[in-house]
Amino acid sequence: MNRRAQYEARQKRRALIIASASTVFIVLALVVLVPLAPGWVAVQKSFFSWDIFVRSLPKMLDAFTLNIAIFLWSAPLVAFVGLLIALARSVTAPALFPLRVFGAGFVDIFRGLPVVLVIYLIGFGIPGLGLPRPWNSPYIWGTVALVLTYSAYVAEILRSGIESVHQSQRSAALSLGLSERDVMRYIVLPQAIRRVVPANMNMLIALQKDVALLSFIGPVEVLRQAGIYKSLFANFTPYVVAAVIFLTFTIPATRYADYLMNKQRNERS
Amino acid sequence: MLRKISLTILMGSALFAAPSLSFAMDKCADGKTMTEGKLTVATGNPAYYPWVHDDAPESGKGFEAAVAYAVAEKMGFAKENVTWVRTTFDEAIQPGVKNFDFNLQQYSITEDREKVVDFSDPYYSAAAAILVRKKTVEGGLKPEMAALKKLKWGIMQATTALPVVTDVIQPESDALFYDDNANVIAAMQADQIDAAIFDLPTALFTAAVLMDDGAVIGQFPADRSENPDQFGMLMAEGSALKTCVNEALSALKAEGSLAKIEAEWLQAATDVPLVK
Repeated sequence: MNRRAQYEARQKRRALIIASASTVFIVLALVVLVPLAPGWVAVQKSFFSWDIFVRSLPKMLDAFTLNIAIFLWSAPLVAFVGLLIALARSVTAPALFPLRVFGAGFVDIFRGLPVVLVIYLIGFGIPGLGLPRPWNSPYIWGTVALVLTYSAYVAEILRSGIESVHQSQRSAALSLGLSERDVMRYIVLPQAIRRVVPANMNMLIALQKDVALLSFIGPVEVLRQAGIYKSLFANFTPYVVAAVIFLTFTIPATRYADYLMNKQRNERS
Repeated sequence: MLRKISLTILMGSALFAAPSLSFAMDKCADGKTMTEGKLTVATGNPAYYPWVHDDAPESGKGFEAAVAYAVAEKMGFAKENVTWVRTTFDEAIQPGVKNFDFNLQQYSITEDREKVVDFSDPYYSAAAAILVRKKTVEGGLKPEMAALKKLKWGIMQATTALPVVTDVIQPESDALFYDDNANVIAAMQADQIDAAIFDLPTALFTAAVLMDDGAVIGQFPADRSENPDQFGMLMAEGSALKTCVNEALSALKAEGSLAKIEAEWLQAATDVPLVK
């Protein structure tokens, strides 16, 4: 081993020691110091009560299946509507100009409004016009509100993907005799969608959390169930239960998405 | 006469000591409030009629505002020494220092809540009442259990209406939950729910004022709901003030003024039938 290699090995060892020491120090500080805080016992009782954790968990899991159901039927709708809006904003034919205006207006409105407002407005407002049951269900109109809001975001992401495909590819395809429609379908979209997968993964996770906002108009999903328990027990532990449930769902989902994307990248390069 | 004069001289000589003297004499609450000599009372934001009129508890109008001032007076606080603050339900139960001496906004006393905060003795026992739209009544709804089971129920989250619906009524379809009165009414007007449970005064007010077509069709006899909802004043866990508040409340009860306040501010609702 030459002197440089020795030096580098020494530096590496030193960095390792410092990193472990500081990590141990921080963890110890958290574990030892936080419980020393005068209010720790009260905080522990309010947020981390094992008794309440156990009492609330079964029904919370039950309520979470509603989150998953709403998410599962919303996500494909969001993808579909988002794609339509993105395509509407990308048309170039002069005759279809009103379509572009519609797409732009849709995105402006639904991306600019707070989700909660859209949920209230659509979830209470439209059924209030006098729809009969079951067509006035908060599940239906809450889903519509979520889909409208999220497809506005997804449309913008897809549009950025569509615009990232270079003009030369379209020109080449057109010169080969493909129609405008086929250029979009076979040349542009396959590349565009792949490029924006990571951004859309973010939207999926955000959507999964925002499903909880539907609880404002009635459905008892996991966050509402937590709120109910909070009121009954006067204790915030049920929210911690909800957080744990959310994390056990989102963390593996993101890791899996990362894995898929890496795999795809390796296959292509 | 002589006595009066000598007293005046005495008072005069002790001019500066006098206020603190009168404090120290027999006030249970001394040194137990957040600010010495002041009583800080919390209510909701907004505070609802008929508990507080016009969202202005300082006026002393409304049942809870009146009770708060009566209790304060019994504890030895003049009206101008009562300060009002606003809290949400969550702020009242969160761990840490409270920003009020006691908090009254229709908090039902429950065993689980009592583990985290302290409650005074109850100042009001509320019957649970059923609020519906007039068209439901015209549709032939009677306050009978069999009919109530078929309804779609809405519940306000932070209330103890939940056990009434899930344990007593046991409806055929799941209840929907809302954050506040306004949302329950919106859902009822959107026909998403048929009926909701409130405490009787709130139900009567909601039906009469907040809704165009509201009706209170029944109330539960006291033994139906496991315990009739009893409202207590919420205090920090282990509050030293609790005994003073309870003393004041029992004095008010004994002399009949609490009942008088109730009669003055809460509409007598003898015409609401009991649920069979």
